Amino acid sequence: MARIASSGAYVPLYRLSRQQIGDAWGIPAVPGERAVANADEDSLTMAVAAGLDCLVGIDASTIDGLFFATTTAPYNEKQSAGVIAAALDMRRDINTADFTGSLRAATTAMRAAMDAVDSGSAKNVLVVAADCRLGEPESMFEQLLGDGAGAVLVSKDGPVAIQGAYSLAGEQVGAWRRAEDRYVRSFESKVETQYGYATSAVAAGKALMEKQGVTAEGIAKAVITASDPRSYVAVGKALGFQPAQLQDTLFLSVGSSGAALALMMLAGALEQAKAGERIFLLNHGDGADALLLEMSDVIPEAAGRKGLIGHLFQKRQLPSYTAYAHFRHLTDREQPPAAGSPVTYWRDAAQELNFLGARCKSCGVVQYPPPRVCAECRTKDSFENVKLPRKGTVYTYTLDHLSGGQYLNVPIPRLVIDLDGGGRVFLEMTDGDPNEVKIGLPVEILFRRLHEGANFHNYYWKCRPLPQASS
Amino acid sequence: MGSIKDKVAIIGVGCTKFGELWEKDPEDLVVEAAYEALDDAGVAPDDVQAAWIGILYPFTGLSGNTFSDPMKLFGIPVTRVENYCASGMDAFRNACYAVASGVYDVVVACGVEKLMDTGSAGLPMQGFSHPVFGGVSAPGLFALAATRCFNEYGWTKEDLARVAVKNHKNGALHPKAHFRRPITMEDALSAPMIAWPLGRFDCCAMSDGSAALVITRPEIAEKSKHKDDYVLVKANALATATGRPMFSNSTDFLGFPATRYAAKAAYAEAGVKDPAKEISLAEVHDCFSITEILNYQDLGFCAQGDGAAFVAEGHADVDGDLPVNASGGLKCFGHPIGATGCRMLYEITKQLQGRADGAQVKDPRLGLAHNLGGPGSVCSVTILGRKD
Repeated sequence: MARIASSGAYVPLYRLSRQQIGDAWGIPAVPGERAVANADEDSLTMAVAAGLDCLVGIDASTIDGLFFATTTAPYNEKQSAGVIAAALDMRRDINTADFTGSLRAATTAMRAAMDAVDSGSAKNVLVVAADCRLGEPESMFEQLLGDGAGAVLVSKDGPVAIQGAYSLAGEQVGAWRRAEDRYVRSFESKVETQYGYATSAVAAGKALMEKQGVTAEGIAKAVITASDPRSYVAVGKALGFQPAQLQDTLFLSVGSSGAALALMMLAGALEQAKAGERIFLLNHGDGADALLLEMSDVIPEAAGRKGLIGHLFQKRQLPSYTAYAHFRHLTDREQPPAAGSPVTYWRDAAQELNFLGARCKSCGVVQYPPPRVCAECRTKDSFENVKLPRKGTVYTYTLDHLSGGQYLNVPIPRLVIDLDGGGRVFLEMTDGDPNEVKIGLPVEILFRRLHEGANFHNYYWKCRPLPQASS
Repeated sequence: MGSIKDKVAIIGVGCTKFGELWEKDPEDLVVEAAYEALDDAGVAPDDVQAAWIGILYPFTGLSGNTFSDPMKLFGIPVTRVENYCASGMDAFRNACYAVASGVYDVVVACGVEKLMDTGSAGLPMQGFSHPVFGGVSAPGLFALAATRCFNEYGWTKEDLARVAVKNHKNGALHPKAHFRRPITMEDALSAPMIAWPLGRFDCCAMSDGSAALVITRPEIAEKSKHKDDYVLVKANALATATGRPMFSNSTDFLGFPATRYAAKAAYAEAGVKDPAKEISLAEVHDCFSITEILNYQDLGFCAQGDGAAFVAEGHADVDGDLPVNASGGLKCFGHPIGATGCRMLYEITKQLQGRADGAQVKDPRLGLAHNLGGPGSVCSVTILGRKD
């Protein structure tokens, strides 16, 4: 059967305390804080981040498939998985697919990945899940939801065995969002929780345990997703789990992260699991998926992989609810669209998405964007593609208050960066305080949504100061 | 290669007021500047055999029609020239070679821009660098050099402010300048930030305007209205450098190679060995205060690293030993992009003729005009001299 070779996660840098949300509206707040994606992030960019995390130390050209799970795809028509695969610099001859429409999409995608590997049509399939769901302002959803992403590499070989799976198909009650709706909707949460969630989850969990001949005592960790802070405990109890066996649902630190939650929680469990331990994964949404995993060995650490825990410790508080409103475009001004060209975008995709530079075969200098004629030695058409490094140092910069014909009160830092290992790029900074920028600052390169020229999502790369762990 | 030295004469110059000219369109501006130049030259419109017009933005005008339609001069060759901020001087360059070749006798070089029609804060920057990435404002581009120079040379915002104060002092005296109000160091240092470290007074303003010149060969100039004081072209050079310096590994952001290339060629053509001593006055491209300081170095007025001291010590003042931007520069006169090169040549011509509109430099013999366009990627340098 297919195995798991690696996992990864991503949590946006910013956090908003639920008390701040409650205070903004003058309504009660539930405990904890939620993760907030920046204005230049969406489910696609977060999926790239989680995918990069999962693939640290792994050659992207060995991946045969990319499945993207979300309920908040940035396009209703245009495949996100293909864009993610390009940003992860994968081969073109692979199977890419978007799995959308359900909170359960990530485990649906996992089952499809497992089937692909088991059938022999793929050796390695990367499953990434991300969500950026929006709760109506002034609603409880606005407090409960959180943004994030997770990833898991399903492979022919790997330290984690997938011993069995069970799926229960949909039912009609639970949160929903129609194509024309901006915000997640709920009708009666008690019914949704009891009949739309708990019933299916318990049924699927019991069925898998019976099929595999296991009980809760033989399982080290139960990864049980939930849409609210409490109901998963009852589900766990109905399956025989003690509270100590239940994986943290990230409610207090991230929020209910939709389709991403299963893979984020799984990443957290895999990071801590010991060899020989079993993990029970139970995911919900229009039915339920259950999977039983066993650690033949731990997943080896990879230098530079942050995983769930690394991202949880990297955070910065948003100063106010208003910042969240800006990020989520709740307060956008009516503006004419920026100029752009999907034709140019397509033609230059390798520069923009794969972030490829070129090394001159004659003189060895790395150049970006890739030219026809070398800037150093003027040799023509003698280059090899180079994946540009994702870290660098600031050589010079400005804090630009002018953008798109407007004066901005908060400037956009624009940085000239010398990349570690060669090449120079000019990028916007994000996720940081303009006052932090200085010559010599080390930065990391991130995939973000740059602008909406030609009413098209123009994705590109930005940078941010290497984050510090915060208390 | 040959030389343009002493083969081309300027016999008439014209320039509109520069500023926020809401009620004027490109037709108004071209007609006013060109007719003033033709009157100054004593040349009738029908005597014009060819024309070149420098324009950066398509919204100001496309093709030579932007000159021929307002002037109603049809049937002759008219070309629109674009080379970033060097557009106007490049129009002049083309006009010079036309008369020097002997094929044309009397031609017009003109430049115009209607920046105020865009309604935006700052120059429209679409098409610069790449449609998707590399976006930055015009001040932002040059701010990158200021940041690096602060780091390398220890220059400060005060050093930048001195340039703004000097140019405002000069501009206040020029009747055609956009801004005619002196400012203090405090005004400059407390102005709102535009692209750190450049604040509002470190940036030239958006302006409308036009300027024009009538050009011929010296033997024809000898019989013209300005037969006693026409001005000779001693050198004209143009050079490019990379249009993506922020992606280039070798950019040091401490100066502009395009200026160094063009200056070297111009000095060689004019026979200038020591610019600091031989150039009597200069109009240099102060799109931003940092640019003017780096221009002093790149043009050889002072050594690399000494640019801030050059202005602090008063060398660039109107009564200093190398007055720079006696007109008020781009900062105060304004920078309608296509017009600026021609406006600088208008100014240098009138300075050499002793009839400057504003502050007159004492007894100048050689004047230098310098434009630097794009992210410092196109430079034009012209040296003009008295006929005697």
